[in-house]
Amino acid sequence: MAVNTADAVQQRSRERRKSLLPLLKKVQETEGYLSRETIRHISRTLRVSENEIYGVASFYPQFRFQPPGRYHIQVCLGTACHVGGAPNFMEAMKIERGLGHGQTTPDRRFSLEGVGCLGCCAISPVVVVNGEVYGRMNRVTFMRLVESLESPEKPS
Amino acid sequence: MSAPRPEIRILVCESTACASSRSAEIRSALEAAVARLNLVDMVEVGFTGCHGFCQKGPIVVVEPEGIFYCQVKPGDATEIAEAHLAGGEPVKRLFYRHPVTKEAVPRYADIVFYKNQRRLILRNCGIVNPERIEDYEERGGYEGLRKAVTSMTAEQVVEEIKRSGLRGRGGAGFPTWFKWDLCRRQPGDEKYVICNANESAPGAFMDRSLLEADPHSVIEGLGLLGYAVGASRGFIYCRAEYSLAARWAQTALGQAYQKSYLGSRILGSGFSFDVEVFHGGGTFVSGEETALLSSLEGSRSMPRSRPPFPAVRGLWGKPTVVDNIKTLACVPPIIARGGNWFASIGAAKSPGTAVVSLTGKIVNSGVAEVPMGTPLSTLIYEIGGGIPNKKSLKAVQTGGPSGGFLPGGKIETPLDFDSLQEAGSIMGSSGIMVMDEDTCMVDAARTFLSFVQSESCGKCVACRVGTRHMVGLLDKVASGKAAEEDLGKLERLGHIVRNSSLCGLGQTAPIPALTALKYFRSEFIAHVVDKRCPAAVCRELVTFRIIPGRCTGCQMCVKVCPTKAISGPRSQPHNLDQGKCIKCRSCYEVCKFDAVAGEAIIIVS
Ligand SMILES: Cc1cc2nc3c(=O)[nH]c(=O)nc-3n(C[C@H](O)[C@H](O)[C@H](O)COP(=O)(O)O)c2cc1C
Ligand code: FES
Repeated sequence: MAVNTADAVQQRSRERRKSLLPLLKKVQETEGYLSRETIRHISRTLRVSENEIYGVASFYPQFRFQPPGRYHIQVCLGTACHVGGAPNFMEAMKIERGLGHGQTTPDRRFSLEGVGCLGCCAISPVVVVNGEVYGRMNRVTFMRLVESLESPEKPS
Repeated sequence: MSAPRPEIRILVCESTACASSRSAEIRSALEAAVARLNLVDMVEVGFTGCHGFCQKGPIVVVEPEGIFYCQVKPGDATEIAEAHLAGGEPVKRLFYRHPVTKEAVPRYADIVFYKNQRRLILRNCGIVNPERIEDYEERGGYEGLRKAVTSMTAEQVVEEIKRSGLRGRGGAGFPTWFKWDLCRRQPGDEKYVICNANESAPGAFMDRSLLEADPHSVIEGLGLLGYAVGASRGFIYCRAEYSLAARWAQTALGQAYQKSYLGSRILGSGFSFDVEVFHGGGTFVSGEETALLSSLEGSRSMPRSRPPFPAVRGLWGKPTVVDNIKTLACVPPIIARGGNWFASIGAAKSPGTAVVSLTGKIVNSGVAEVPMGTPLSTLIYEIGGGIPNKKSLKAVQTGGPSGGFLPGGKIETPLDFDSLQEAGSIMGSSGIMVMDEDTCMVDAARTFLSFVQSESCGKCVACRVGTRHMVGLLDKVASGKAAEEDLGKLERLGHIVRNSSLCGLGQTAPIPALTALKYFRSEFIAHVVDKRCPAAVCRELVTFRIIPGRCTGCQMCVKVCPTKAISGPRSQPHNLDQGKCIKCRSCYEVCKFDAVAGEAIIIVS
């Protein structure tokens, strides 16, 4: 009986731990990022230390610890897009808007992230804005896209 | 129970790439048009997953004729409905055109991209609706599982897999039956099976295509694996970024439960099996099987040393089989039709087919499937349609970011595990990247190596530090600051990293650099000795020039230049100030696509 109880406890604890990554993902989807409060909360629910959660979450590039901008721009830096000139988009944002990887503009309009291959290489280079995929970009069309998002009449 | 299905079906691809070109709107426009023309009883408007030819998307197919429309826009829906569905006259304008002859090809089956393929793993992709289990069943789906649980023992299932000669499609080509058998023979009844759909090797997108287009074949394969090894729980480990694939897989799971292909006492047998989708971490190393297990356990996905192999000690220390999604998709037909059937396809030591994604400088890029042993040349020149813009082939990289570069002379190498290895490359993720004469091999080696370097999990020194130094050396070469002895250093370091890394990531990381050095040494020498980049790619070694004779002074480049390096009044050839130029390519790109004259700006080394 004691063995069974121990097994059950162990099983529950590892299922809790297994749900850590899916939970972080869910929270980021709804809140946009992982705030300190969220992590504290998850730590209590799953009974995993905050340190440990930061350790795990910061390993995976998909997790953010800062709120994203209203337009979250993801530039694919996978090999097909890289060869197609995607690093130029990052550079353009840096030079022309002063925005680098992982940063958000002070007005919170844009945030920028370089990401791994999105599996759309056939239409590379690929840029994703708030989940919407834009294919076959070049530096010029990319900056036009950014400009179009700067005009205030564009609904979000 | 329901009305008979209409005879004509018009199917819109709604996979990720086509969806980015608004394919959902196309479908609603078609639905509206069909309703307006009172064709609802005759025409069914549906959707499918990926056809593998995303480059030509959005793709719309009309069955049973097999008419293939490409690059369809929502505005084309009315014309398709009126002319084709109502009038019986297909819309020629939207046919696929042969890239060289410009001839219109109306039918799916006649397009060269598809004509030379043999679709076994992708047998249902683009044909079934991923949200309808009935479509899958109509095409023989779940027969393998039914046969196994009602009339075969676990040993017999493993035996059939052994007979088929199936080797893992995850990259290493390990005999599948061996892992299954090892796991089956482990004591205890707590075992796990996992479908590896991490696919974070850039340039590869067939696993996404497969999971989006035909989730049931994966579920069935996983069920058969579970039955064979005696597991009662399975996971589909899917990359976090692949949200559509995960959603369709989730829907498919629900249907499979309803029809008793999953759950307790499957199809009335004694076998119970549960499957869930797990959203993975999305790093490259997460695809390595032991790293994948750590990630499932809620930790950083760092590889563990093997042995013990997962089949002995895997998830939570229990026997576990991790198989690639394509391996699993092979399993149902093997069980339904017998291992000998599978063994008769492809190459002797690598039976079956290979699914590859063709990318880079190639006319038709997309996901294709060919029998193992097909020469690379067939893939590139027939299915892929050759190199665009009359350029010539320089190199082919097989196996994703850590695969080797094969020079044009090795283009007849058969695509199978052993032949590629002999040629110095790997099967790896089966991403095939084609490079033309405009590609700089130093830059290419650096690009791939920096990718792998940034994905190193940091656990072992050789990989963490070694790859970093290799990237540093390649940076030096690319910027013209290297000496000849640096090439030797690069080579030595490459061998050290390859031989002393813990997992496949580090062991394969140096391959691009090493093969580039082996086959394209003269290009490295040009960078090091002549301080030139022959392909005019490496930034530090090139300059941008305006050809005055071609420039019409349209001012497009003046507008886009971020540093105001270009000046000149309208209608007169512009001037480019080399001192201000940061070589960002903006002017080059507008000139190429938008400027009045076009191509008046060149890059030279
Ligand atoms: C760095 C690295 C990344 C990998 N990524 C994947 C992957 O994305 N998908 C996959 O199926 N296998 C991947 N593998 C191979 C797996 O470790 C494992 O061999 C495979 O899942 C076994 O399945 P198979 O026998 O069906 O090929 C990767 C290996 C390494 C070293
Ligand atoms: S490399 Fe960008 S989508 Fe694949």
